Amino acid sequence: MENKRKLLLKLFISTFYLSAFTFGGGYVIITLMNKKFVDELHWIDKDEMLDLTAIAQSAPGPIAVNGAIVVGYKLAGLVGALVASLATVLPPFIIISVISAFYSAFRDNFIIASLLEGMQAGVGAVIAAVVWQMASGIVKGKDKFSDVIMVLAFLAACVFQVNVVVIILICGCIGVIRTKWDHRPEGGKKG
Amino acid sequence: MILLELFLSFVQIGLFSFGGGYAALPLIQQQVVDNHAWLSMTEFTNLITISQMTPGPIAINSATFVGIKIAGIPGAVVATLGCVLPSCIIVTIIAKLYLKYRNMAMLQGILHSLRPAVVALIGSAGISVLQSAFWGTGAISLSQINWVMVVIFALCLIPLLKTKVNPVWVMLGAGVVNLLVKLVMKAG
Repeated sequence: MENKRKLLLKLFISTFYLSAFTFGGGYVIITLMNKKFVDELHWIDKDEMLDLTAIAQSAPGPIAVNGAIVVGYKLAGLVGALVASLATVLPPFIIISVISAFYSAFRDNFIIASLLEGMQAGVGAVIAAVVWQMASGIVKGKDKFSDVIMVLAFLAACVFQVNVVVIILICGCIGVIRTKWDHRPEGGKKG
Repeated sequence: MILLELFLSFVQIGLFSFGGGYAALPLIQQQVVDNHAWLSMTEFTNLITISQMTPGPIAINSATFVGIKIAGIPGAVVATLGCVLPSCIIVTIIAKLYLKYRNMAMLQGILHSLRPAVVALIGSAGISVLQSAFWGTGAISLSQINWVMVVIFALCLIPLLKTKVNPVWVMLGAGVVNLLVKLVMKAG
C-alpha cells in the first residue's frame, strides 16, 4: 500500500512536470515520457512503450493526455490512469485560467491588440505550413486512395460545409472496410 | 444548462479529434465558433496563438479558455472534464485489449484512412483563420483585404517552410511587425 502510494505520487509529479514544461505538442511529450519512464525510471520496457505510444496516437483525444493514460494504466491500473491524466491536465488548466484573466483585461490595449492582430497572420502561416508538410507527406505516400480521401474531405468541409464529425465517421468506416479487405483470409494484396 | 452544453460540446471535441496536434482545430471551430458562437473567429485565432505559446494540448487550452469565458471556473472544469472523458474511457479500453491481445492492426488501419481526412480538415480550419486575419469580420472581397496581414503571412511562410525555426518566434515576429506598422501609421 505504501509502495503504491509512492508510485502514484511519483507518477503524478513526473507527468505534471512533463506537461508543465513541454512546448510543442503531443509528439514531443510522448518522446519525453519515453525518456522518463523507459530510460530513466525503467518502469516500462522499450517495445511495450512503442505499442503504448501507438495506442496514444491512434485513439481520439489529445495525444499528451492519451499518453499519460496508457502509461498510468500500465503502471497502476485505473487509478494510475486517473492520476496521470489529472496531472497532465492541471498545468495547462492553471496557465490558461491565469492568461484568460489577463486576456480580457489587456486585449483592448493598443500594443497587445496590434501584436495579437499580427500574430493572427503568423498563426495562419504556421497552420498553412503544417498542412503543406502533412499533405506532401500523404502525396509522397503514393497511396492514390489517401489522395482521393484528402481531396474529397477538403471539398466536403470547405465548399459543402459538411459537419466535421460526419466526415471523420465516414472516413473511419472506410478505414474499417479497407483493413478488413486487406486482412481477408484468402490473403489479399496490401493497400 | 450552459454547463451541460459546454460539457457535451467538449466531449465531441475529445471524441472525434484523431491524430493529435492540430487535429482538434476543425472540431473546436465547429463547436465553439460555428455552432454555439461562444467565441468569434478572431477570439478563436487568438486562442490558437495563445495555445502555441503555452504548454498543453490545444483542446485542453480551449476547454479552459472557453469554459471560463462562458461560465467561469465551473465552466472551465466541466469543459475540460468533457474533453478528457472520451480519452479516459477509450484509451483505457484499448490499453486493456492491447495488454491482452497485442494486436493493433484494425486501429492503425482506421487511422491510416483518417489521416488524409484530418489533414484536409485542418486545412479547412486554416482557411477560416486566414479569412479572419485578412478580412476581420468584414466582407470578403479584394478591395477590403488587409494587405499588411497578407504580406506578414507571406513573410512568415518562408522561414516556416525553409528552416526548422520554432513557430513561436515566427508568430511573435509577425505580431511585432504588425505593431511597428501600426505605430508608423499612427505617427504618420
